[in-house]
Amino acid sequence: MKTIVAALTLALGASVLSGAAQAQSTLAGIKQKGFLTCGSNPGLAGFGVPDAQGRWTGLDVDFCKALAAAIFNDTSKIRFIPLSAKDRFTALQSGEVDVLSRNTTWSMSRDTSLGLDFPAVNFYDGQGFMVKKKLGVTSAKQLDGASVCTQQGTTTELNLADYFRANKMKYEVVAFATADETFKAYDSGRCDAFTTDASGLYAERLRAANPDDNIVLPEIISKEPLAPAVRHGDSQWADIVRWTHFAMLNAEEAGVTQANVDQMKGSDNPDVRRILGTEGKFGEGLGLTNDWAYRVIKLVGNYGEVFERNVGQGSPLKIQRGVNALWSKGGLQYGPPIR
Amino acid sequence: MSNSPSVAPPSRPPRVSPLYDPRVRGWAYQILLVLAVGLLVWAAIDNAAENLRNARIASGFGFLSNTAGFDVSQSLVPFAAASSTYGQAFVVGLLNTLIVAAIGIVLATLLGFLIGVARLSPNWMLAKLAGVYVEVIRNIPLLLQLLFWYVAVLSALPGARESLSLPGSVFLNQRGLYVPKPILAADAWAIPLALGLGLAAAIAYRVRARHRQARTGRQAPVGLVGLALVLGLPLATWGVLALVGADPVTVEVPVKGTFNLRGGLQLYPEFVALVLGLTLYTAAFIAEVVRAGIQAVSRGQTEAARALGLQPGPTLRLVVIPQAMRVIVPPLTSQYLNLTKNSSLAVAIGYPDLVQVFMGTVLNQTGQAVEVVAITMAVYLSISLVTALVMNVYNRRVALVER
Repeated sequence: MKTIVAALTLALGASVLSGAAQAQSTLAGIKQKGFLTCGSNPGLAGFGVPDAQGRWTGLDVDFCKALAAAIFNDTSKIRFIPLSAKDRFTALQSGEVDVLSRNTTWSMSRDTSLGLDFPAVNFYDGQGFMVKKKLGVTSAKQLDGASVCTQQGTTTELNLADYFRANKMKYEVVAFATADETFKAYDSGRCDAFTTDASGLYAERLRAANPDDNIVLPEIISKEPLAPAVRHGDSQWADIVRWTHFAMLNAEEAGVTQANVDQMKGSDNPDVRRILGTEGKFGEGLGLTNDWAYRVIKLVGNYGEVFERNVGQGSPLKIQRGVNALWSKGGLQYGPPIR
Repeated sequence: MSNSPSVAPPSRPPRVSPLYDPRVRGWAYQILLVLAVGLLVWAAIDNAAENLRNARIASGFGFLSNTAGFDVSQSLVPFAAASSTYGQAFVVGLLNTLIVAAIGIVLATLLGFLIGVARLSPNWMLAKLAGVYVEVIRNIPLLLQLLFWYVAVLSALPGARESLSLPGSVFLNQRGLYVPKPILAADAWAIPLALGLGLAAAIAYRVRARHRQARTGRQAPVGLVGLALVLGLPLATWGVLALVGADPVTVEVPVKGTFNLRGGLQLYPEFVALVLGLTLYTAAFIAEVVRAGIQAVSRGQTEAARALGLQPGPTLRLVVIPQAMRVIVPPLTSQYLNLTKNSSLAVAIGYPDLVQVFMGTVLNQTGQAVEVVAITMAVYLSISLVTALVMNVYNRRVALVER
């Protein structure tokens, strides 16, 4: 089982190989290997999913591609490791993956006791419920006595307990190891309701036998800031992950897109010039070259483009920008200045 | 040879320097080896702890007393997200594993013996059916079978609101099997007491009947009288109590709720699928063990029993099976251990056993992989060693006593 292997690797790695593994920085390790290992969702439409040809797509996948673009100027130098919610942290802790970009909620206990850091939030989400239309349920408050399918090892499992407790409702929880098993159990009628992050609900709904037979209830019962995660203790690598996201935000704000990035290189706007590395030496501070952000935009695109392509209007999910809009448009996505 | 026994010892053995004494040397090497291994293990543990500290990963076993914060539906002991700890979640998982293993072992043994005997039956049809069962079941991976039963159980049953109503207030739907739940009144203790008395009386009767048979050769209907005592006494007690108006057992019948049935006793489909899968799978192996055991008893034994005038039933029960047990018990122990360990496949079908609850949810919420995996491995090791111990004691009882 993956967990056992990872835990043993962790124990052995922690005990025997400690000196060598910890001395080398994550970035140097990636450069030496020649590729980035990225912990990815094994199958969540819009966030991380391989297609029939084995090509990975999704918002979280594109984030890894942005990192590979910044480091190697080549988005194919990535090895994606599909991880279930249950196995993901052990895989990151043990060094099996360099970065975990897998719709993972940033919470205090994860930040402080798992040995992880969450450099930047790349999707603000919240937990919701999906039910079969024929139940006639229109609000999560009517779920008293329902049985609910959920995925193990997620914050969802905890929020669910909190929500039903706070509203003095009874429920029966059936937890599965993978998202796939969870949704199948719901779809086959084992549970009345299926719960996960709202973005996931829309993605999973597409996989139902009859998507239109299912409705997503209006209540959002929690805050789920989804963020890429890295191991604690390597600030350089955390900085690269953080500023790659911020560069994509700043590019969107400055109107730099995948299509116009080459023209923009000649722009007079000092903000744009700093982002694209024609002015200043910001990339070197990260241990990369100064045109790191130019490569990210050129090969992957700015945040808005990545959002619309994977989960927004350009995708079957059609999720609104909402809180994920730029701060200047009433959302929460705010890129600190590159200067 | 100085220490050879053939040399007649005059007074004392010749003195050898401890450096060349093979016994002293042997001990020294063993002690050195143990020390070296111990040092290695200690260094590994110490190093791991240090590195976990450096990586800011929490370590130690203190997490077991932290509040769990999640719910488990199928639990033998009370468990609530708000007040229960990770330690209690561990107990919930452990008990769920133990009950599946215990029920699975009993059912698999019964079914396995039946099929094993059936395979040797002179009835061609029966023997072939048993053979097909064994060959089909034991050659398909257990995980596949579990998924099959879970999916088969789920899709074959009606939805929660269209429950199949069976006689006696029993309901069946996709959420499981619902039966009326007995609720014991304060004076219900009389019934287990009556059961105990009945059991004691039945044993006493059997002992007396044996003595009488040894003395006079006359047989007594031990089985019938025993059954009457064991079942009749508690039933009579219940009847008397009910007649005087103090019914000790009332029944809670499942009724329809908003989503599903409420009340009653619920057997979850995950539990049913797991027990079914484990039982059917292990029974196929036990059947082969039993067949091998019976065939290992020489034909002469059966013929001798027949020559003495024993009927086929008593021949099997009194002559063949006791001798076959010597061959059966050791491999049977392995099958019990296999079943217990295989119960960890529960994780695939959402049954909250030890692996699912503890190594799944608890590991993930605490992130303490090393501790959680170590505890889980220790638990399976302990369960297996205890099972093996019990079976070895039994084996010693049935083993051939050589004089």
